[in-house]
Amino acid sequence: MSDESARDAGFDDWLDAAETGDAYYLECPAGHTSLPPRRLCPTCGAAALDERPLPETGEIETFTVTHVPTPAFEDDAPYATAIADFGPIRVTGQVVDLDPDAVDTGLPVELDVTSSETTGERVLGFKTV
Amino acid sequence: MTGVRVAGTGLTPFGNAPERTSRDLFAEASSAAFADSGVPREDVEAVFYGNFMGELAEHQGHQGPLMAEAAGVRAPATRYESACASSGMAVRDAVMRVRNGEHDVVLVGGAERMTNLGTAGATEALAIAADELWEVRAGMTFPGAYALMAKAYFDEFGGGREDLAHVAVKNHENALPNEKAQYQKSIEVAEVLDAPTVSSPLSLYDACPLSDGASALVLTSEAYAEEHDIDAPVAITGTGQGGDRMALHDREFLARSPAAREAGEEAYADAGIGAGDVDVAEVHDCFTIAEVLALEALDLEPVGEGITAARDGRTTADGDTPINLSGGLKAKGHPVGATGASQIAEVSKLLAGTHPNSEPVADATTGVAHNAGGTVASATVHVLEVAE
Repeated sequence: MSDESARDAGFDDWLDAAETGDAYYLECPAGHTSLPPRRLCPTCGAAALDERPLPETGEIETFTVTHVPTPAFEDDAPYATAIADFGPIRVTGQVVDLDPDAVDTGLPVELDVTSSETTGERVLGFKTV
Repeated sequence: MTGVRVAGTGLTPFGNAPERTSRDLFAEASSAAFADSGVPREDVEAVFYGNFMGELAEHQGHQGPLMAEAAGVRAPATRYESACASSGMAVRDAVMRVRNGEHDVVLVGGAERMTNLGTAGATEALAIAADELWEVRAGMTFPGAYALMAKAYFDEFGGGREDLAHVAVKNHENALPNEKAQYQKSIEVAEVLDAPTVSSPLSLYDACPLSDGASALVLTSEAYAEEHDIDAPVAITGTGQGGDRMALHDREFLARSPAAREAGEEAYADAGIGAGDVDVAEVHDCFTIAEVLALEALDLEPVGEGITAARDGRTTADGDTPINLSGGLKAKGHPVGATGASQIAEVSKLLAGTHPNSEPVADATTGVAHNAGGTVASATVHVLEVAE
């Protein structure tokens, strides 16, 4: 485990932005998209990456309900993890406001930075729209 | 460019041995490989060793020299870490070094100690193969990642849990005569379906077990084998490697494995074969869905149809292309760093006619080993052929 007091620059900044409704993605001049922390476009290596506002609503593309977690989510299980498509990018997050059995593909969601019931650490979540 | 021969193979039993150190496991596997090969230890010019989680399981880094020492070999040694594809990568580099004439004799293999961590600890350790910031911190486990792929597969191509259960049933059946396998036990489709859910839609019986174990290969140049009258009837004739974006959500397809396709195409071209020439294969079935994705990536099944291969008997021991006759990761076990080299050992013995399951593939001349890391952000594929 890393030092819990040290932030992960770029990633924690992104979570901060998501908490205030200012989540973003990165786009290079060729239109390739990615998530931070990044200095270079992972597709073409371009160094000019612009921050663009993430669309507010995504759609669940696939999901799983995890019953056997890592110790960091011991008290959270069972919980639903989903990949949601926000258009320019996809994101992996925990569906936080629904019974795990009610989660389904196609559900519209927005970002909701929440915290682990086990560790109190911030967790990227989704809530239904 | 010289040919590469499999002169000897050695495996420990795969299973539950929490007290055994990885150095002890690799000592056993390498001793068996030397005994099988007839090659003296002092002829080894380099050691290629795969291991994934040694820092977490044993607080041990810098394992290359440690494992050369354990094997009784005085030669430069390097440890390869590429998650579950660690020793597939070690094999690939070893093959290329022998081919280009750098070495005539190499020791290749891998080991993993896992069960001493317990289920929760091992689940945490395995998760480091995923993107820590964007996947693991959202609660994604390793079974969870494959569950996301399985759900995406069902939605895109159809099929369901019962189809996957047939993969588990087949691989358990194949493991019955394999004395090194973790589970020599038949299971029924209903047992897979009724087993506790790990990460929906995958149950405990869709998943490979946690395993301790080691594998080793003695590889030589064709010239060395001839000069020293080494019995090495199987050659590694093709090697390929593929890569992909680390996080599953960054991939173009959630239910395909382009890295394995890339590795397979390279290995087939390298060996001068096509998918239709493959008689038998060991593929990386860490979860039942992984076998399906591997078959499709290797063109052994059309995309979207691999899900029915086990159920309809195309990949069973009596099928057209038997898959995972060793029992696969599912039943043989998956000591992560040992797996890639162990697959080469299994295919080599299947082709040589010395495997307990050689009989169903008595006429086989061409085999394939597919090893995957993470959610297949890394993959190696090797082609083995009967050389004489």
